Amino acid sequence: MINDTIASISTPIGSGGIGIVRVSGNNAIEIIDKIFKSKSNKKLINVKTHTINYGYIYDYNNEMAIDEVLVMLMKGPSTFTREDIVEINCHGGVVVIQKVLELVLKNGARLAEPGEFTKRAFLNGRIDLSQAEAVIDIINAKTNLSLQTSVNQLEGKLSEKVKQLRKQLLEMIAHIEASIDYPEHDMEQLTFDKMRKGSQYLKEEIGILLETADTGKIIKEGLETVIVGKPNVGKSSLMNVLVRNQRAIVTDVPGTTRDIIEEYVNIAGIPLKIIDTAGIRETDDFVEKIGVEKSKEVIDKADLIIMMLDGSSPLTKEDKTIIDLTKDKKIIVLVNKTDLDMKLDIESLKTYVNEKNIINISAKEKIGINLIEDSIKEMFLKGSINMKDNIFVTNVRHKNALFNAKNSLNNAINTIDMMMPEDCISIDLQDCYDYLGEVTGDSLDESIIDQIFSQFCLGK
Amino acid sequence: MNYINGKYDVVVIGAGHAGCEAALSTARMGLSTIVFAVNLDSIAMMPCNPSVGGTSKGHLVRELDALGGEMGKNIDKTYLQSKMLNTAKGPAVHSLRAQADKHTYSNEMKKTMENTPNLLIKQGEVCNINAQDGKVVSVQTISGAIYECSTCIIATGTYLKARCIYGDVSINSGPNGLQSANHLTESLKQLGIEIFRFKTGTPARIDGNTVDYDKMEIQNGDERVVPFSFTNKSEEIEREQVPCWLTYTNNKTHEIIKENLERSPLYGGVIKGTGPRYCPSIEDKVVRFADKERHQIFLEPEGENTNELYVAGMSSSLPEDVQRDMLRSVSGLENCEIMRVGYAIEYDCINPLQLKHSLEFKKINGLFSAGQFNGSSGYEEAAAQGLIAGMNAALKVKGKDPLIIDRSEGYIGVLIDDLVTKGTKEPYRMMTSRSEYRLLLRQDNADIRLTKKGYEAGLIDGERYKNLVTKIDLINEEIARIKKTTVGARKEVQELLTKYNSTMLKSGATLGELIKRPELNYEILSEIDPDRVALSDEVKEQVYIQLKYEGYIIRQEQKVQQFKKLEKKYIPDAINYEDIKGLRIEARQKLQNIRPVSIGQASRISGVSPADISVLLVYLEQFKRSNNNE
Repeated sequence: MINDTIASISTPIGSGGIGIVRVSGNNAIEIIDKIFKSKSNKKLINVKTHTINYGYIYDYNNEMAIDEVLVMLMKGPSTFTREDIVEINCHGGVVVIQKVLELVLKNGARLAEPGEFTKRAFLNGRIDLSQAEAVIDIINAKTNLSLQTSVNQLEGKLSEKVKQLRKQLLEMIAHIEASIDYPEHDMEQLTFDKMRKGSQYLKEEIGILLETADTGKIIKEGLETVIVGKPNVGKSSLMNVLVRNQRAIVTDVPGTTRDIIEEYVNIAGIPLKIIDTAGIRETDDFVEKIGVEKSKEVIDKADLIIMMLDGSSPLTKEDKTIIDLTKDKKIIVLVNKTDLDMKLDIESLKTYVNEKNIINISAKEKIGINLIEDSIKEMFLKGSINMKDNIFVTNVRHKNALFNAKNSLNNAINTIDMMMPEDCISIDLQDCYDYLGEVTGDSLDESIIDQIFSQFCLGK
Repeated sequence: MNYINGKYDVVVIGAGHAGCEAALSTARMGLSTIVFAVNLDSIAMMPCNPSVGGTSKGHLVRELDALGGEMGKNIDKTYLQSKMLNTAKGPAVHSLRAQADKHTYSNEMKKTMENTPNLLIKQGEVCNINAQDGKVVSVQTISGAIYECSTCIIATGTYLKARCIYGDVSINSGPNGLQSANHLTESLKQLGIEIFRFKTGTPARIDGNTVDYDKMEIQNGDERVVPFSFTNKSEEIEREQVPCWLTYTNNKTHEIIKENLERSPLYGGVIKGTGPRYCPSIEDKVVRFADKERHQIFLEPEGENTNELYVAGMSSSLPEDVQRDMLRSVSGLENCEIMRVGYAIEYDCINPLQLKHSLEFKKINGLFSAGQFNGSSGYEEAAAQGLIAGMNAALKVKGKDPLIIDRSEGYIGVLIDDLVTKGTKEPYRMMTSRSEYRLLLRQDNADIRLTKKGYEAGLIDGERYKNLVTKIDLINEEIARIKKTTVGARKEVQELLTKYNSTMLKSGATLGELIKRPELNYEILSEIDPDRVALSDEVKEQVYIQLKYEGYIIRQEQKVQQFKKLEKKYIPDAINYEDIKGLRIEARQKLQNIRPVSIGQASRISGVSPADISVLLVYLEQFKRSNNNE
């Protein structure tokens, strides 16, 4: 039933000082009262809302205390989901928190589905669609920059901007409608010229938002980067330098069959997600180890290739093979070991790779590392990023909606140029209006909700 | 003394535009019908503008004609001037409008009704509608006569407890000095029906002999007249047309109005009913559009055998002396004499949320209603509803499913859905912007969209239907042929293209591709289309439109698919909205009140947001699953 009580662990699995079990629903307080024991024997149902209560989680059936806890009590509707919410702050040990959750479930709650808390917040009108998506992003934010973008979205800045554009669009559509329904009245006719200018302006505004989409995605998800090069060219030295210089976040991704370790390296606020580092670590020949086909696959997936060459020896056939494979990708070629004699023919290298993407470094001596940062910024970010007030589109669903909206405006401009009548133009403008509404949740397609919430992970 | 005076399949209360369509349709579908009017001289009377059609209203007339209604035929017989509006814009918004001779229009309709089998017209005021066990059983008139019936259609227009007001004059009278009907409202309230009170208004009529036409612009009709009815040909209805005249108000007019506003019954608080936003009085216009320097005024003849002119654009309930002064301040009207004073009229009507899409009351079996009684304004809106209510009353008596036209099938569908789903707080006027699928709901394709339904219900005869099928076949064949016909980059082709400022061809192209160019059309291309056969104008028009706007038409049809999907997501009758916890309070109240039949209809209710719809969808999904599991 949609109004049953759900529960799950809201803190990440693993040892930490505090673990939180969050419970939301009609019977949240009643259920916790069955397992909560305080010194003064108070019942949570009688306690004031938005209070913190000290006591024990107690298994009455087996007559034992599970954990010493602080229970936060929040009665709806001033809560995240608008329902009653109880958050049990326990000690963060894996076993203990699982036991608390089990007890909660035994006493009438159901394990929440991925994203269900946020789904309820949305369904109960506490947050709108793009705000809901922002919650996922805040949780997942890997760098400071990402955090800022998500917070901006949560504060509705993207919604605000899109609503503004929608309003302007609506005025144009209304003008057309009025001139159609009252043809005899000498109203100021919205000339085709004005309509065209209006559509062009909106198209540019949406274009600006779209430009931020790629940047936004990079900020949010990171650049998929592959570091390639022959054995002993210095890949691991480079990794060590990059990782040690910045704060790297290492995450285990459980549940996948290969247990890949993704290393994130923060370059100027952009997370570089270095993929498939297992091979590099063993200093095997990249191509030989996994074959030409697989290499192509890995390279295809990457946003950025960092190719390392040994400056103290000439270009080899394998080097050229790899350069060939990377023809259509963004590539930075690092000529390592500049501290030694340069034996590599830079001039001939320039025939394969654009000069500005070639950087001389010494990983060992830590020379030229800042040039790598500059080069990446140059390639992927248009100028510097000012986070606080800028709006970035970080979400693929939004990007698609905005892309479709922009297309509709292109159609509208075409229609105007083809001298089609006003009511055909209003069809295109109406399409644009609907697509923009997909960003804010004003136009709703029943499948959107499922799409979004299936991306949530447990506990949120 | 009460006595039984007859038994009928259908009783129609009111013989205005709605009542006439209702009565004619049920009689023609073979059911015994009686129609009451407080005055038999006012059958199909036009108490306001002497015209039929206009933007979106013309569409309604075309649609009701396609279904087998009478208005289109009647105006074709009695028009004084005909004009196609919006010709500078696309075909979706071309709208036909005709000025009528009011007197002749009414007479013709009465004659048609008198000569229709199964139909009796009777003068008399119906005071009571009687129901038993939630089903209508009879009606009673003021003389005590009782008429038993299986179904009853209420079409009382603006007569219920009507009050005409101008200045400080207030008369309990129906429109145009006719008697009001003061008893039926009480009976309706006893049946549990929720009553609203609306107002509308009409301008003065002036004597044409006192007008200086030299100061005005003449407005002539079209040379080639397009008939309203699909059963008429242009040549058959051609006649000599009568002109209208255009002039404007000015600052002096506005001053007079502003100085006397507190003598206006509306601004002075005497009128309580809610007026139409889209058909404002001149007082409304001057107040709301204060910076407009002038407003248009059209002088329209009321008939061939009278000098009375209708002053369109100056509807008013200001006192008589103010009306005189403001009219005389208008250029050309300096010496005009008023023959009938303009006035506002207040009347009882219902909250249309109480109706199903078939126009039957949700709570009273067999009781239908149509027209201004449902909260609409305009003759065309009334006639369309009258036709649907009539057809559905007849279908009910015959034990068949009702005819429901949805929003994607006709403006009639938009009209009815807006009324029964969104309700209305002021007299509802149809406009093209109310339809989401305007390009598909053109007036030129009303027959293609709707005549089959009229045929299946029994209002369209076999011959007319057969002609339609032939027409559709010819259209489709010609479209297919044009799409397949290629022309090469020959000399004649290039010459033709250059002649019309069109880019020359580099290689072959189909006629279908060429016709999409803005500077070309079906006629122009005949020069390079030797295989063309002679086709009627209507067929050619359809071929042209469907080819030219093909891209847009396809896109709208895709939207219609999505729309129909949600319309088919039915909400179970047994649903209890109290059980659904995620709904906002306002949404829950509205859903409980209206009880929409589908998710589609629910999404259109004001106060129900997309979030509420998601909640509803999730609930229905679980409802479905738990019912499957049982």
